[in-house]
This record gives sequence, structure tokens and C-alpha cells, in this order.
Amino acid sequence: MQKKILGNSYVLLIMVLLYIPIIFLVAYSFNSGTIMSGWSGFSFIHYQQLFADTRLLKILLDTFILAISSATIAAFIGTIGALFLDSFHNKKNLNVFSSLNNVLLVSPDVTIGVSFLILFTILGFSLGFVSVLISHIAFSIPIVLLMVLPRLREMDNTLIIAARDLGANRGTILSQIVIPEIWPSIMAGFLLALTYSLDDFAVTFFVTGNGFSTLSVEIYSRARQGVSLEINALSALMFAVSLLLVLAYYLYTTYSDKKARLTK
Amino acid sequence: MKKIIPFLSMMIVIMAVLVLGQNWLAQINKPPIKAANTNQVLNIYNWGDYIDPALLAKFTKETGYQVNYDTFDSNQALETKVKQGGTHYDVIFPSEYLVSKMTQEGLLAKLDYSKIHGVDNLAKHLLNQKYDPHNEHSLPYFWGTTGIMYNDQVFHASQLNAWGKLWNPEFKDQLLLIDGPREMLQPAIQALGYSLNTENQAQIKQIFNKFVALGPNIRGIVTDEKKQLLINGDANVAVTYNGDAQVVIDANPHVKFLIPKEGGPIWTDNMAIPKNSNNKKAAYAFINFMLNPKNAAQNAEYVAYSSPNQAALKYLPKSITQNSVLYPAASQLKHAQHYNNQPLRYFNEYNEVYLEAKTKVSLSGGLK
Amino acid sequence: MKNNIRAKAFFAIPYISWLAVFVIVPIGLLIYQSLTNAQGHFTLANFHEFITSSVYLPMAFNSVFYALIITTITFIISFPAAYVLSRLKHRQLWLMLIILPTWINVLLKTYAFLGLLSKSGLINQLLLTLGFGTHNLLFNHVSFIFVAVYLELPFMLLPIYNSINEIDTDILKASRDLGAKPINTLRQLVLPLSINGIKSGIQAVFIPSLSLFMLTTLIGGNKVMTLGSAIELHFIVTQNWHMGSTIAIILILAMAVTMYFTRERGKQK
Repeated sequence: MQKKILGNSYVLLIMVLLYIPIIFLVAYSFNSGTIMSGWSGFSFIHYQQLFADTRLLKILLDTFILAISSATIAAFIGTIGALFLDSFHNKKNLNVFSSLNNVLLVSPDVTIGVSFLILFTILGFSLGFVSVLISHIAFSIPIVLLMVLPRLREMDNTLIIAARDLGANRGTILSQIVIPEIWPSIMAGFLLALTYSLDDFAVTFFVTGNGFSTLSVEIYSRARQGVSLEINALSALMFAVSLLLVLAYYLYTTYSDKKARLTK
Repeated sequence: MKKIIPFLSMMIVIMAVLVLGQNWLAQINKPPIKAANTNQVLNIYNWGDYIDPALLAKFTKETGYQVNYDTFDSNQALETKVKQGGTHYDVIFPSEYLVSKMTQEGLLAKLDYSKIHGVDNLAKHLLNQKYDPHNEHSLPYFWGTTGIMYNDQVFHASQLNAWGKLWNPEFKDQLLLIDGPREMLQPAIQALGYSLNTENQAQIKQIFNKFVALGPNIRGIVTDEKKQLLINGDANVAVTYNGDAQVVIDANPHVKFLIPKEGGPIWTDNMAIPKNSNNKKAAYAFINFMLNPKNAAQNAEYVAYSSPNQAALKYLPKSITQNSVLYPAASQLKHAQHYNNQPLRYFNEYNEVYLEAKTKVSLSGGLK
Repeated sequence: MKNNIRAKAFFAIPYISWLAVFVIVPIGLLIYQSLTNAQGHFTLANFHEFITSSVYLPMAFNSVFYALIITTITFIISFPAAYVLSRLKHRQLWLMLIILPTWINVLLKTYAFLGLLSKSGLINQLLLTLGFGTHNLLFNHVSFIFVAVYLELPFMLLPIYNSINEIDTDILKASRDLGAKPINTLRQLVLPLSINGIKSGIQAVFIPSLSLFMLTTLIGGNKVMTLGSAIELHFIVTQNWHMGSTIAIILILAMAVTMYFTRERGKQK
């Protein structure tokens, strides 16, 4: 029992540490002053400014749309890639392919951004939402694969062999056995892909244009003049929405799981 | 399947809500239909938060042009984007040395003065500089100078009235410098008394050594964070732009700003039209809109940097125009130099020096 | 059998085309840039400069050194946390809550850290009340590594958690019933059974850490130079894409070496 308390308080401590900077940011979004230090009093002024600035609101929506669609597609392609790599019997080939997979993880964003920009201009691709979406999918795939592949490698094969002996075809095996088994890893990959997309500045910067912008690009390009507390308000809003989505998703999945179990 | 379907349906619902939100925003932003240039787009490329958003809305309302406002975070990034193409910007905001670089590279359109109104309003001392003789390609948008801000509880003005004094041992591990190849080396150049645009190889070598000698005094090479650091009292001396100093002074009255006796460099951010602009007519309309004194004044109040528009000053509160940090007296600026682009050969050499000096300082002093 | 392979390849088309367009082609571009000079002539001078210059080798050492420290610390923190998490009731929810802070922009979080670590900030206030006095926490090794660990933590925690979560609790129970000490259960059962998760966690943290650059400017005050910051400088500031590409190629090679050492060994599946 004591150990349990010790363990739980350890996790709690980590949670607190992770959230301190967030709380700090959110608290300052209510500061009536203009800068993230000192305290001039409580006010909603930065939220008022935020809601008056439709351009910022559009950027917020664009950022979310981009992140969710790119992470979903990356999770899909990354999982296919992991299944493909898992089918390799030759260890050497496997290692070569995993190294290739990780090239984009090790390359600094600037390199990726510039290479993609050159690629798009060679192809005569117009820069905007689509070019950014493609790039985000591209740099999120490796992290998905990195999460899913190990899970596939350590999966128990007996179940698959049994299913095959019972005459299940490949599609059934995949959707009934393999996918549920690796689902937590796919979700992990999806969530980290979201992180990658929401955080990226350099790649987006180079491949965007024609009025499409993301929150990161907006924040970084404000850095010379100083980031106003309006951005804190925006982030607080974003955080609240994310929190709600996470809770809703959790409740929804536990509910549908329960239902599935009951109807079985 | 039972995992995938709930997941995908959730994502689709979220996306639907987001797209609806987007449409709603687009509805609000539609310009009035009666305006002349509806469905025409003006692509602006500027630093982030460097214009009053209300002015953009006003511009759309007056002229009918829809504004695409994209942002960049450094001059070099601006140059790369314009050079590579992909988006055709109509108005861009390069700093002075980039104006000359982009002119040399043939990226900027020549301004047609018959289409521009209000140039007479601009301050004479900012016009016709070496980086753009006769302002053939650019017009100043904001300007400023570089000096030193310090906390007067710790240091005194007499300790800092010359650039060379930054090398004194009393500043050990105290200085914050501006990050950027020209900006970082500028104190060393001025302490040596050389031109900011020197092309003399021996002098460049000396500048390098001078900068490395500053190593022990350097606390950090930073950009915007220095404001917060000085306000909180985490740092006591910083080389800084005057506009940024004012923000700090407003928040911490113990911070003072001065321009050392050799003077500081004058920087300008400028409006220019790239050659590959698709809508020059809209670009001129926007430049004229920004040259309008009332608009310029509104913008100067929002951005809180110094406006080059003399006619705008009378619309600004006295607390701003009589502030010697934002609008230093002419006597303080008489030695001031403007940055200019250097020929490629020197540019590269200078950059190598920058990189090497930065690394030397980081490896020798390093972190403690 | 042949048919089988073709079927597989067909199935993997999206992934393979991604590899071709967004990995192989950019590597080709980088190699081309690194082997040419400003005039477009073939040269090995860039690689020669990397090896002989007094700047890059120490920088490379710095990068590997920091990446190792960051990876080790994140592992030490994450492993027990992942273990505890996998025993919690609402663990899926907790996990998502751990990822949530990573969705807030890094630059903003760094500003928050500037405030938190400042002289009058929360951390120093805490130190003061605990009787340790106030300390200068900005622009030093400790703050740099601290913030880096903060940012990388979820990338380590998630894969390890997923691995531990899959371990059959009966095995652990059996081990306990047979009288094994908890520490031995952890070392001899949990650790080996979650090794794949640990590996992918290490890769997900170590590899990107090699090219950290944002942090070096913001929290390091530009006083930590890594290969990532050098590449950034060459691509953006000095616009010497040839040298920048050379360093990028060397980083990719370093990554491949890391992959080789953490590769899958032993029997075929």
C-alpha cells in the first residue's frame, strides 16, 4: 500500500511539473498588463482583443484542421509502413529501412523545410494548405512507425497462426487480431504526430503561402517584436479545447468499449 | 474495426465543426460587395504583429482588396521565400541591408513615384541612403537605433557611455547581445571605430578577435527574451533596439536606455514591391494607404516603434513624440551609420566570422 | 511466394511513395549540395572543412554529449513513471493528460520557463523557503537540460508505457508469489519484456536531440552550440547551403550508426 502511494505521488509530481508552465501561461492570459512578468491585475482584455482579431481565430482553426488531418493520415500510412517493415525476414533490410524511416527525425526542421520547398517549386506546386498538409504528413510518418513497429515485432504470433489455420483470410486477421493488438501504439503515434504538427515552425514556414498560416508560424514571426499576451489567451483557449476533446474522447471510447462488451 | 470506427467518426465530427467555424469566419470577413476591387487579393509579407490589424480591415473596407497577411521571422527567411517563389507577394517589409541585397539580386521592382502619394511626409534623414539611393526600390516603414539598456540600481550611465566600455571586467557574465550576424558584431565594430560596412579584411579579422575577447562578459545572445530578463532583474545590461527598450522601461522604471557616444546604427524596415508581384496596383494602393499620416500614426501607436512619417507625429500623443528613447535628438544621431549590403565575398567572410565567433564564445566560456 | 511479395508491395504503396519522395529525394538533394561548391563544381572541400575546422568537431561532440545526457535522464524519469501509470485505473486518460502539454507552443513554454526560473520566479522562491537561497538558473547547463528533458519526456514515456502495459500481470503476480523481490521482478521481468518500447523511446528522444536548436537559442542563450544550430545558421543566416547540407548528411550518418547499435538482434521472428 505504501509503495502504491509512493508510486502515485511520483506520477503526480511529474504531472505537476508538466503543467506548471502551462498554468503560468494561462494565468498570464488574464493579466491586465502587456507582458509575462509582474502582475498588473485581473482582466479579460486579451480575450477581447483575441475575439476581435478574426485573422488569429482563423489561424487557430487552420492549425487544428491541419494537425488532426495530418496526424490521422500519418497514423494510417505509418501503420501500413510498420506492417510492411514487419514482413521483412531479412534483418539487414529491416535495419536499412528503419534507418531510412528515421532520416526525417534526425534532420533539423530547416533542412526538411528547405528540401520540401525546393521539391514543391520544382514540381510547380502552389504553396498553401495542401503543401503544408503534405509536409506535415511526411514528417509525422516516422514517429508513428517508431511507435508501432516494436509492438508488431513483439506480438504473439500463435494467435495469427491459429486464426489462419481456422481459415481466416488476411483481411480478417488484420482487422480482428492485428489492429486491436497494436491499437494503443497507433494512438501513441497519432498523439505524437499531433504534437509534431502543432509544434512545427520551420517546415511550415518554408512550404506555406497564399495566406495560410499556423499558430507556430504566427508566434515565431512575432518573436522579434515580442509575443503579446493575446497569444497566451489564444493558447489558453486552445488548451481548454484540447482538454475537452481528450475528456470527450476518453468517455466516448470507454462507453463504446463497454457497450461492445455488453453486446458480445 | 471496433477501434477504428469510433476514432474516425470522432475525428470527422471534430473536423466538421472546425470547417463550419472557418466558413463562419469567412462570412464575417467579406468586404462590402459594392467596393471596386472585390475578389482581388493583396498578398502582404511582413514581420509578425507588425501592423495594427484594424488597419488591414480598414484597407479592405476602403479599397475592396482582400488582404492575405503572411508573416516571417527574419530577413534571411524573407529573402529565401521570395527567391524560391511559390507565393507571389505584393508588398514585403525587408530591413535596409536586405533592400540592397535584393535589389542586386534583381528581386525588387522599381517604384513608380507617379503612383505614390505622401513621400514628402517621410523624414529626410532616413531617405536616400546608400542601401537604396534615391529610394528607387523601397520606402521606410519604421526605424530605430541600437543602444544599451541597463538597470540603474546596478550600473551607472558613465560606465556605459562608449561601446568599448562593454569590455570592462565589471560586466563579467552580464551582457545580453542581439542575435544576428550584423547586430551581434556591431558593438565590436563600433568599439574599434570601423565602418559598419567595412570590407577591409584586416579589419574583419580584428573585429573577430575583439568579439571573442568579449566572451567572458557575455551572458547570452538572445532576441526578444531580453525584455523579460531585464524587467525581472535577471540581467542588468543589454544591447538593444530603442523600441524594445521603451517596453522594458514602461514595465521597470529602473531600466534606462542610452546611446553610446560613438552613436548607434540606424535600422529601417521598409516597404518594397517584389518583381514577381501579381497585383502591383493593389501594392501601390497599400503603400499609399500606409503613407497616409493618420494611418501611419495609428500604426505607430500600435507597434510602438518610431515612425518615419513626420506628418504622422502630430496625430501622436506628446508622451510618445517627446520621448527621447523613441525619438532621439538629432545630436544623438549625427554619427549614426546605416547598414548596407556587402558584396557577396565579404558577406560570406563576415558570416563565417559570425559563426566562428559565436562558436568560440560558446565553447570557451560555455555554460557554467 | 512471389505473388505474396507483390501483394505486400501493392499494399504498401503509400508508404513506399512517401519514402521515395520525402526521404530519398531530399537525401539526394542534400548529397548533391554537400558535394558541390557555390559555383556548382564537384568538391569534397565541405567534408574536409568539417573535419579540419576547429568549430565542427567540438560542436559534434557537444551534440552527442547533450543528447546522451538528455536521453539518460528522460529514461530514468520515464521508466518508473510508465510502470506506475500502467497500474492505474484511468491510465489511458492519464496518458493523454501527459501528452496534452506538448500541444502548447514550445516558444511560449520557453517564455514561461524564463519567468519560472527567473530570480523572483517560482523555483527560486521555493528554493528560498527551503533554505537553499536563490540561484541563477537561466542560461546554464542545468536549465538547458531541464527544459530539454521536459520537452522530450512524453516521447520516452509513451512507448515504454505501451510495452509495460502489454506485460501479462499474471507473470508479475507469479513472480511475487514465488518470493522474488520487487527490484528483481523489475530488473529480470519488466525491463527485458519492455525492451522494444525502451528502444523506440530511446530512438524517439536521442535522434531528435542530436539536432536540437530552438532550445539552444532560447534557454541556452546561444551559448550551447549543437550541430542543429550550425545547420540552422548555414541554411538561414549565412546561406551556405553546401556546408549546411554537409552537416545534415553527417547527422544522418550518426543516426544510422545509432540505429545499427540498437538494431534488432537474435533469432528471426
